[in-house]
Amino acid sequence: MSTPQTPYAPEDGWRRLDPRTVLVTALVVAGVVAGAAVPATLGLARWLGLPGAVLWALAAAVGIIGVAAGADRVRWHRTRYRIGAERVDLHTGLLLVKRRSLARERIRTVDLTANLLLRLLGLVTVRIGTGEHGGDSTLELDPVTRAEGERLRLLLLERATTPQPGEHRDGELATLDPRWIRYAPVSFVAPMLGGAAVGAVMQISEWVGAQGEVIAWVGDRFQETPLLWVIVTLVAAALAAGVVGALGLWIEMWWNYRLEREPGGTIRVRRGLFTSRSISVEEARLRGVDLVEPLGVRLVGAARLDAITTGLAQDNESKNADHNTVLPAVPRPLADSVAAAILREEATPTGAPLTRHPRAARGRRLRWSLAAALAPVLLLTLLGALLTPVLLWIALGCAVVFLPLAVALALDAYRNLGHALSGRYLVTRSGTLRRSTAALERAGVIGWTVKQSYFQRRAGLLTLTATTAAGGGAYSAYDTDAAEGLTFAAEAVPGLLEPFLERDVRPGP
Amino acid sequence: MPEGEGTAEIWLRPPRNTLNERVVSWWRVQWLLMTAVPVVPLAVLGALIEPARFWLLLPAVVLAAAGGGAAVLLPLWWFRTHRWEVTEDAVYVRTGFFWQEWRIAPMSRIQTVDTVRGPLEQLFRLATVTVTTASSKGAVRIEGLDHEIAAELAERLTRITRATPGDAT
Repeated sequence: MSTPQTPYAPEDGWRRLDPRTVLVTALVVAGVVAGAAVPATLGLARWLGLPGAVLWALAAAVGIIGVAAGADRVRWHRTRYRIGAERVDLHTGLLLVKRRSLARERIRTVDLTANLLLRLLGLVTVRIGTGEHGGDSTLELDPVTRAEGERLRLLLLERATTPQPGEHRDGELATLDPRWIRYAPVSFVAPMLGGAAVGAVMQISEWVGAQGEVIAWVGDRFQETPLLWVIVTLVAAALAAGVVGALGLWIEMWWNYRLEREPGGTIRVRRGLFTSRSISVEEARLRGVDLVEPLGVRLVGAARLDAITTGLAQDNESKNADHNTVLPAVPRPLADSVAAAILREEATPTGAPLTRHPRAARGRRLRWSLAAALAPVLLLTLLGALLTPVLLWIALGCAVVFLPLAVALALDAYRNLGHALSGRYLVTRSGTLRRSTAALERAGVIGWTVKQSYFQRRAGLLTLTATTAAGGGAYSAYDTDAAEGLTFAAEAVPGLLEPFLERDVRPGP
Repeated sequence: MPEGEGTAEIWLRPPRNTLNERVVSWWRVQWLLMTAVPVVPLAVLGALIEPARFWLLLPAVVLAAAGGGAAVLLPLWWFRTHRWEVTEDAVYVRTGFFWQEWRIAPMSRIQTVDTVRGPLEQLFRLATVTVTTASSKGAVRIEGLDHEIAAELAERLTRITRATPGDAT
């Protein structure tokens, strides 16, 4: 539709975004431009001399900032939203006018995010989601004032309060305990950040044209030291940097953390030091919790909690930013009690005693992990036999290190396998580097997939997958005993699997 | 029936219906086309390039033999294991031979029913029915149905799911 111009009268409920969006855009672009300008100026200075380069860079920067601010001014001018009785409308766009409309009854989440800049200006970004797959399920209002964001959140998530089973308190379920920070360095983030720090040093020194000097400087420090110590020291330094980074990241992500249940039946997570985030999940959409224990965190007796819900924002941005984590790594007993509180249960289903899987599953895990460990060893041995005996020694070293590790991980992976029914929930556990104990509401299971490879068939095992609209879409019990697994699935969701089962029939060949 | 089933006291029974017999030919043509992709260029090059003829024709022959053998045998196996069934309450499909898979989607959770006919399928008057649920990993596909049965099935599924209340999550 191109014409006629819709009258956006305020009395019809049409509103605009906050005009300070132009300022925000200008400042953000200025920051990016400043970051890019430093290497660009240094690069240009080789041809133009320093004053000329600075002048050019400044002119370009002002131009870019101006264009960006102008574009955002136009966007602001053309954007209107309205919260109607039935629908939420958002009209935006200059040439291609986008009119999007969500039925209010289908809105499941209203998330507020504010980075440091927005917070200083008292603004927030509001994302309204229906939780369906696909791009058109989320409306983003970027930005509105904090009061307006809070008003929208309460207005859109307000529902007739349905009485919930169980006597469970409203209000605060968990708040930040600064001692939890001790679990930050043991996560996988620390070594990753350490690697990133080394990469960043190399990259910046290359921009300045001093990469060779950095390497030479490091080389000078270690002139007299044997190679092994050089490697150990450098790795330790990178890890130390990673630990510092992990601590910083943890503080930024989890500062001011609060988990609470609001009277309307909504679970709300608030957190963030610089960028503040508020994530609200309607309880009717909650299908369970996932108790996640990465190896390092598990070794120190901690766990984190992810919510299994339908209708969390599905776009890429939020997928990366662990959007569904409702509790950071905390001591295991606390994680259990918070899980119980979230689910309104007496005791958390994730703590239920689990049915172990048959020993054949252990053999499969041992074979896989030994094969993975032996592959590089065999390759090195082969190359060593053909080329140089040094490789044979490396192969021996690899075998000594990897084989026990492989056995340990396989045994641990087997020990972690399990499944159970606990009240309204179906519980499955698996994984060793990232152990996940998922408690999925039985009513939330919307289908079964049973898989059996040729080898599983011979060992009498099968993999049972419950599909669901929430969370990862499917939760599996790997390598269960065939008969026991099917009985379990039939019992978990009455009536679904039953018509397709044959009992006590022993078909001959 | 594959071994192992006899030892279990409880088992998933095979779905009632087999696919249309023409699916065997369809799978065979697919296999042969897939085999032709590497074999034909190798054979043509082998015919043109005299010095390397042996080393081009050898893999061509090996691949052609393997692909041809698979095209003859695999579809026969598949035809025996691929089965489907639609009851009043659920869609039930079994696929695969080495990696056998049973999928069950209850009627009340079905969101969309699609019928797709690729060019080759049209040639054999076959169609694929895909049933999706609200789970990103819960889709059920029935390949190689007679196109009239497929259309009828899709229509029936759509009718049943429309009559079933709930938002399917």
